[in-house]
Amino acid sequence: MGKHSQHSDLTRLTAAELAAAIAAGETSSVDVTQAHLDRIAAVDDRVHAFLHIDADGALATAKQVDAQRASGEAPASPLAGVPLALKDVMATEGQPTTVGSKILEGWIPPYDATVTRKLREAGIVVLGKANMDEFAMGSSTENSAYGPSHNPWDLDRIPGGSSGGSSSAVAAYEAPLAIGTDTGGSIRQPAAVCGLVGHKPTYGGVSRYGLVAFSSSLDQAGPLARNVLDAALLHEVIGGHDKCDSTSIDAPVPAVVEAARRGAAGDLSGLRVGVVTELGGEGFQAGVLESFHAAVAVLRELGASVQEISCPYFSYGLPAYYLIAPSEASSNLARFDAMRYGLRVGDDGERSLEEVMSLTRDAGFGPEVKRRIILGTYALSAGYYDAYYGQAQKVRTLISRDFAAAYDKVDVLVSPTTPTVAFPIGERVDDPMAMYAADLATLPASLAGVPAISVPSGLSEGLPVGLQIMAPAQADDRCYLVAAAFETASDERRGHVLLEEAQVL
Amino acid sequence: MSVSTLPSYEDVTARYEPVIGLETHVELGTASKMFCGCATTFGADPNTQVCPTCLGLPGSLPVVNAKAIEYAIRIGLALNCSIAPWSRFARKNYFYPDMPKDYQISQYDEPICIDGYLDIEVEGKPYRIGIERVHLEEDTGKSLHVGGATGRIHGATHSLVDYNRAGIPLVEIVTKPIVGTGAAAPEVARTYVTELRDILRTLGVSDVRMEQGSLRCDVNTSLMPVGASEWGTRTETKNVNSLRSVERAVRSEMIRQASILDDGGKILQETRHFHEDTGRTTSGRSKEEATDYRYFPEPDLVPVAPDAAWIEEIRGSLPELPSARRARLQADLGVSADDMQAMANAGVVDLVAATVAAGAPAEEARNWWLGYLAQQANAAEIEASELNITPAAVARVIALVADGSLSTGLARQAVDGVLETGQDPDTVVAERGLKRVTDTSALSAAVAEAIAGAPDVAEKIRGGKVAAAGALVGAVMKATKGQADAKLVRELILKELGV
Amino acid sequence: MSDDTPAEITRTDVAHLARLARLAVTDEELDTFAGQLQVILGAVARVGEVAADDIPPTSHVVPLTNVWRADEVRPSLPHDAAMAAAPAVEQERFRVPRILDEE
Ligand SMILES: [Mg+2]
Ligand SMILES: [Zn+2]
Repeated sequence: MGKHSQHSDLTRLTAAELAAAIAAGETSSVDVTQAHLDRIAAVDDRVHAFLHIDADGALATAKQVDAQRASGEAPASPLAGVPLALKDVMATEGQPTTVGSKILEGWIPPYDATVTRKLREAGIVVLGKANMDEFAMGSSTENSAYGPSHNPWDLDRIPGGSSGGSSSAVAAYEAPLAIGTDTGGSIRQPAAVCGLVGHKPTYGGVSRYGLVAFSSSLDQAGPLARNVLDAALLHEVIGGHDKCDSTSIDAPVPAVVEAARRGAAGDLSGLRVGVVTELGGEGFQAGVLESFHAAVAVLRELGASVQEISCPYFSYGLPAYYLIAPSEASSNLARFDAMRYGLRVGDDGERSLEEVMSLTRDAGFGPEVKRRIILGTYALSAGYYDAYYGQAQKVRTLISRDFAAAYDKVDVLVSPTTPTVAFPIGERVDDPMAMYAADLATLPASLAGVPAISVPSGLSEGLPVGLQIMAPAQADDRCYLVAAAFETASDERRGHVLLEEAQVL
Repeated sequence: MSVSTLPSYEDVTARYEPVIGLETHVELGTASKMFCGCATTFGADPNTQVCPTCLGLPGSLPVVNAKAIEYAIRIGLALNCSIAPWSRFARKNYFYPDMPKDYQISQYDEPICIDGYLDIEVEGKPYRIGIERVHLEEDTGKSLHVGGATGRIHGATHSLVDYNRAGIPLVEIVTKPIVGTGAAAPEVARTYVTELRDILRTLGVSDVRMEQGSLRCDVNTSLMPVGASEWGTRTETKNVNSLRSVERAVRSEMIRQASILDDGGKILQETRHFHEDTGRTTSGRSKEEATDYRYFPEPDLVPVAPDAAWIEEIRGSLPELPSARRARLQADLGVSADDMQAMANAGVVDLVAATVAAGAPAEEARNWWLGYLAQQANAAEIEASELNITPAAVARVIALVADGSLSTGLARQAVDGVLETGQDPDTVVAERGLKRVTDTSALSAAVAEAIAGAPDVAEKIRGGKVAAAGALVGAVMKATKGQADAKLVRELILKELGV
Repeated sequence: MSDDTPAEITRTDVAHLARLARLAVTDEELDTFAGQLQVILGAVARVGEVAADDIPPTSHVVPLTNVWRADEVRPSLPHDAAMAAAPAVEQERFRVPRILDEE
């Protein structure tokens, strides 16, 4: 990765390079942090990656990291002193957490999410809270109550979603790292359309404690970065068992950093790759498929054997997801009832509690959130549970079986991450089903709880395309290994990282 | 409906057969809450035992308290249930301000204990109460209703919520429908809850303080004409929170339903509320408009699959249960089965046993606890065990009577003193100067005075109406502040009058 | 598309669902949502095509059971922190508007 250091601008360095420079005393965390705060000040009015900047907190953390180094202490982690954009879905004690919603405007949590705590303990500098689709429902950030973020490749286009503040911040060099969350593709799709690396860990691999729930059985936090190694380094910081999350896996974090380093050597001989038949035909843009096929050719050249694998139930992923996620959301979002925290509307002393609740929820939630709450309420209601929620859970079983059968034959499955490149802001806002289609390829891994990474595969119409690599549960390292091999090979062919082709903001 | 239209209870049970069912919620006595580490101490300042999880803050998650699982299994085993090898929590979705997440985490179609029974006896007749299920769930917060009449929700201008109770572990114990109890239904219901309470206490899983709301009953009641086989429409009476109320609620609901059926009316399937003050139930929300709870498996928790060896370990550690203990105590105390049942119904078995253990004869201990002390408890509308007197103190009073220091009347005064002050009997006796006057010379003046004060009564006695002496005895007792021995006084009066 | 296309979602249905979900939707929203839900349900009803009684539903993808904690008291939030975000407070409690129906 040393080739990036040709940039003297601290915001252009990778996270690994920044951490190394800070540890070596070549620069300070305060300087690095200030450089990113300056960059945010310069470009974020156009990108709108952040909902909240915590300059004081960031510089205080940076100072502490520098002081610890000065006193001879070992770095708290391999990313100590490196700045990060934290998706506004993670609770941060003493800092606003809005989840992109008006209903939580001004809410200051009295506690830290486990991910937040781990970031702090690792000496990572949290610059602020990144924009997102309201309650993580969306694929574009257009559902943010605070306005959309913009794709640095083309400011008129979406940066993906729901972690679009995270992706746009990293792609615009406002932060070298970001935390996103992925329920149906919300890390991978923004990473893909912004030319970044984004990984959705195995469900249970990263604690959900303090992650404001959208769909509890699907939500997973994970890293976004400009390269595979940086993502792996961040993954190791946030991953691991947490006794506050009952669904957290009690096993060591897969050795993803080691895998990323090994993968960068570029040897995939012996690796069996499956191309998923169902994730590549109808609905996928020609340019996306072209980039994907070229990527598969690269994998072959690196020594992998490639075969086509049919996963027939993957095509039911979208309907199953759009029943399960709204159902769980309808329950998870019930607590926003104007009683203990958040917005309260219409409490004039006359109106009843039920009226105040209903008025508040109607005023505080945006249309997509309301749509999904109503859909989920419907799917769970007495007469419809079996036909909708119950059936969707069966589809989940069938999709998991498809994965299991596939992994009998291959080590990883690949597909394009998204059917299309970043679409223009406003194009799909009135067409929910068109918006939902953005998740087509990412949904199966979410429903089965298996890990999946998106790594840039090239451009189509001048916009980034992502390659999705899926592995069996708890084999996250395999995602990183293959992604790193592919990244190294493509960067070498190109002569530079893909993101350098983005416009300069 | 006016009171005058209500039929008598005897009339109701002559024509109708009740089917009842009970759902009992019990707060478990764990140190921490069901899904978080907050303390469960009763009476703490409002909203001081709350955390992100039990306040339902965004992002918070539940983690199951292992002790609550263990307690639920203990209860299930004591109630002869099967312990499910695999059970799950679900979300019960409905909006209510005392429920922080606006859903309750509760077991639904996959409870931890199923299919048990509890044997009870009412007036010598045995009943086997089927247990449908025992499941775990979380309690809600508590609301104060402000601005209306004395804390009622109706007419209140607003409410104030304290979430200290939210998330305290609850077990819900649900009976199968109880049939064939006839007129004994209210008594059966009360006896079941009493027995259940005693079992829970014996198991050490809850202190079961009904006055603090740690045991709450919902009572289902329906009627069918005697001889019919098809059950009637049932109502669910909520929050029946004392043993006495359980009995009253069943009785009053039976009477209410009968009067509707008598008029050719139909029973509405609905939730009703029991009012302690009137002993009546009033209509709550009818089931037609009831919330659709939209249950689904709780995704934040994983299934509970207790190890068979653990279940057996718990089974092996179960204490002697109240029924077994009663059988043993009956033999030890040498009392009749009827007496034992009466003691059990009054909730005084342990108190009698403890009084005997403190040295009192069983007969005396039983008489005190079923007699004067039970009256005092009744008058105060509390359980006998909640009286401000220990079995040891009762035993001491019995000893003072036995050695002649106190008369029965003085003994009651001594007990009254203990109940009022909490002091031990000897202190009360000393401070109040409770001393039996047996000195004949000291009494003769009072006797003479009583006779002089009621010459007409004296004349009757002289004329052979010995029963009239009671009035004179009373006068002497009053004059001596109850310290005289009534028997002796009577003898002196009769002697003085030459009868 | 499947045979089991759902019945039409009417404004009344949406109004009922919105009431269950405590959403005071406007008339305009009722129209919009009814139309959109119809389209979405038409698409998601496809899950019915793979109906099979022998397929167990998946509610949890992690193969975990018996995750629990010891019964130990942990510090609660300071009272002020617990109340800090409350829209209204009275007598150390969360003040809420009057409650209409008894539960
Ligand atoms: Mg219950
Ligand atoms: Zn708590």
